[in-house]
Amino acid sequence: MTVAPAPDRPATSERGFEEMHILWISEGMSCDGDTVSITASSQPSIEDVVTGMIPGLPKVHLHNKVLSPTLGGEEFLAPFRAAARGELEPFILVIEGSIPNENINGDGYWSSFGNDPETGEPLTLNWWIDRLAPKAWAVVAVGTCATYGGIHAMAGNPTGCMGLADYLGWDFRSAGALPIVNIPGCPVQPENFMETLTWVLHHAAGSAPPPPLDAQLRPQWIFGRTVHEGCDRAGYYEQGDFSKDYNSPKCQVKIGCWGPVVNCNVPKRGWMNGVGGCPNVGGICIGCTMPGFPDKFMPFMDMPPGSSLSSMIVKPYGSFVRRMRGITNRTANSEPKWRHNNEALTTGYDPRYRPGLEPGAPADMESKEINA
Amino acid sequence: MTLTGQDAEPGQLVEMSWDPITRIIGNLGIYTKIDFANRRVAECHSTSSIFRGYSVFMKGKDPRDAGFITSRICGICGDNHTTCSIYAQNMAYGIKTPPLAENIINLGEAAEYLFDHTIFQDNLVFADYCEAMVKDTNPSVLARAENTEAPHAGVHGYKTIADIMRAFNPFEGEIYREALKISRTTREMFCLMEGRHVHPSTLYPGGVGTMPSPTVFTDYQSRLIDILDFVKKAVALNDDVFDFFYEALPGYEEVGRRRVLLGCWGAFQNPDVVDYKYEHMTDWGRAMGVTPGIVVDGKLLTTDLVEINLGMRILLGSSYYEDWTAEEPFVTHDPLGNPVDIRHPWNQTTLPAPGKRDFDDRYSWVMSPRWFDKASGEHLALDTGGGPFARLYTTALAGLVDTPYVKSTGHSVQINLPRSRELPEQTLEWNIPQWSNAIERNRARVYFVAYAAAMAVKFLEDSMAAVRAGDTKVFTDFDVPDEAIGCGFHEAVRGVLSHHMVIRDGKIANYHPYPPTPWNASPRDSYGTPGPYEDAVQDMPIFEENGPDNFRGVDIMRAVRSFDPCLPCGVHMYLGNGRSIEKLHSPMFGADRG
Repeated sequence: MTVAPAPDRPATSERGFEEMHILWISEGMSCDGDTVSITASSQPSIEDVVTGMIPGLPKVHLHNKVLSPTLGGEEFLAPFRAAARGELEPFILVIEGSIPNENINGDGYWSSFGNDPETGEPLTLNWWIDRLAPKAWAVVAVGTCATYGGIHAMAGNPTGCMGLADYLGWDFRSAGALPIVNIPGCPVQPENFMETLTWVLHHAAGSAPPPPLDAQLRPQWIFGRTVHEGCDRAGYYEQGDFSKDYNSPKCQVKIGCWGPVVNCNVPKRGWMNGVGGCPNVGGICIGCTMPGFPDKFMPFMDMPPGSSLSSMIVKPYGSFVRRMRGITNRTANSEPKWRHNNEALTTGYDPRYRPGLEPGAPADMESKEINA
Repeated sequence: MTLTGQDAEPGQLVEMSWDPITRIIGNLGIYTKIDFANRRVAECHSTSSIFRGYSVFMKGKDPRDAGFITSRICGICGDNHTTCSIYAQNMAYGIKTPPLAENIINLGEAAEYLFDHTIFQDNLVFADYCEAMVKDTNPSVLARAENTEAPHAGVHGYKTIADIMRAFNPFEGEIYREALKISRTTREMFCLMEGRHVHPSTLYPGGVGTMPSPTVFTDYQSRLIDILDFVKKAVALNDDVFDFFYEALPGYEEVGRRRVLLGCWGAFQNPDVVDYKYEHMTDWGRAMGVTPGIVVDGKLLTTDLVEINLGMRILLGSSYYEDWTAEEPFVTHDPLGNPVDIRHPWNQTTLPAPGKRDFDDRYSWVMSPRWFDKASGEHLALDTGGGPFARLYTTALAGLVDTPYVKSTGHSVQINLPRSRELPEQTLEWNIPQWSNAIERNRARVYFVAYAAAMAVKFLEDSMAAVRAGDTKVFTDFDVPDEAIGCGFHEAVRGVLSHHMVIRDGKIANYHPYPPTPWNASPRDSYGTPGPYEDAVQDMPIFEENGPDNFRGVDIMRAVRSFDPCLPCGVHMYLGNGRSIEKLHSPMFGADRG
């Protein structure tokens, strides 16, 4: 089959789609770092997916601003406009960046993607999501900003931004009956994304079940274990032998590493092609894959509040420590309550803040849990 | 070439816009009025429509978090922000870092330049020069390219210019695909030093957490050797393609041309000299591996980071921000006792006030950075030349860099690359070109790839010598003072980067990153001076053979992309387009270029 963009019936083979468009919008509150990151993957590589090198995938039409061969403007926007009109399907909608709260800024806007041809006014990201998400065969959130809000949703932020599931609802289902597929990471680990995308595409081709997701909508096989469980420095922890500063090759829990309560595979997988990573190469885990990132992990370079207890009693009380870590892990796996699409901004935003004066405390900043 | 668009009435302007611009990082729109009869751009405005508020939400946070947070400003050169933040923090905390830590950061940053310039040039810029594009916009140029032998075919292996252009074709072309692979090898080099790309994990104020094992340097070195042939070939084929454009399209030097007004804030600290004391900044700035400086009309105005720092001014236009001049200044004098202006980043308070895009009133969040030149009394709209152009220019003129691998002659930069698998040892020379235009910004980029590779050879030698001599200290402990100020100067991949921080009660009281894009993309400031993009595109001739009906705007996009726009860096930028049209004047410039 060669035709895809028929308005009514998508081209399907006996079991699944033979062609699939990927409509990728990075106009959330983002740095485009996830798009850049995925170009680092060679397991598989984006060019191998696009040029049909991976057996069993539908033919992929990628529409991504950074990688688009077009010159931009309308020639780039055409497939997005067609999809919004219901004239292009099937497609996977990939959202990069957190979703701003456009209800709190009067006539202004925080982020836009092209203009309204009628008025010349900017079309917001939210406008596009409202139109594209319900029509999308699958919706993928790439990176921690899009999944949970991330760095731009930090306490005191002016835009009131949030994750895609906070915006669409955690029970959202796409036209292909899938929940949002969240692939967090700041930025996303390149191979984690490409591997998950490939699974989703195999599902689209009818040759695989949907990818298994956990309660935070993450791929289970990637986020099912903690940083600590995959870290080659964890042996030092067991021996109660900790780094006192960053010169040391030992366990970094006492100098800011949150690895024991963070769901992520990077120390095991490396950052790319098995090279690099975080605590395994001397970089403290700051929890960048987590719904509670960044607020629940700051200040990053201080010892997580509970780890002095758990690191002292590590040997005799292993099961107790595991239970306590479970509590902290649950907290780190929940977002701060100011990430919402309501009418009021509740981040504690205060542009005139100066230390010493009364700071604008976020309305509902939870006290930091312990037991890392 | 033949003139098209002659049907358009003389003086009639056609509105053309591209929003969003593709193949850049971030959200940029370009709005133009084109005079097809005279084949020139009559007017250009740039817009960016994203505001995230870093300088707002960083207030009150722990100062040590600044490097982790500011990395997230940019998804392609986030590590430049972390590095710059760490420079500013080292100053504020009074840290003298271990030399090995500086070399490790230098190796990481060299890898970043290698990666980023390569992926931007070969995968994003070259799509504008590829066979598919040129066929569509300038078929006569492609025909000529088919019959033009590539002068450096012996080095890069492509017989004709059209063969090179075919290799540029997105996703299919050989150079496109090879560049993606090189961008991975260089990112692995980066990750060896800084942990993760693009938001590093192993950089801290005080040094790094990278384990300085012999292995980490071996792994870096073997990858560096792997890419050297690619770098040498890239320089040769870039020269061939860009020289061909000058030849095939007489007058192409006018594309993206503007006055030589360049800023470079310096890169690669010299571990033997830098102590991060503001009082010594002039000296350690001049000891950097890329010399900081300001160049006006081909003359080097200064290489003094203190002078550069004090001259910074953030100007407001008719914008979505409220002015902060009524606020109490944070810093009245620098540590040397020099007065600090209220419009200096140390004293800025960001007060966003979003509104509708109204071109007659408030249409932009313009915070135009300018450099105040005491001698002329002008607020200079410096550009970065996309990064490499200004870096090479200031370094060439200053005559300060003198290493076995990179040397400034006072009028050029010599770069020595060691022998590689296919090609012999090579000395390249970047000479100051006649123009500041699209082609020279692009050409400088590939020369700076060679520069970064050559400097990496030196940093590697120094690091391995230290480690083999038993020096493995990479981190110095410190305390965060209750009250302090700091500033960091660095070169982000696409140009000048500064971070200014004020600490009070041990917390961030004020923090302002000024990356390259606000400098390059700013529109008219409150003195009426246009920003570099607009300046470079406005009045530019058009060479595309298509008329208004199927116009693609490739010349304009080449001009804009030559600055390496990276809009997430426009932290403070929220440019509106000034749709209000000035009275049309129709000079004949460009009409004779057919």
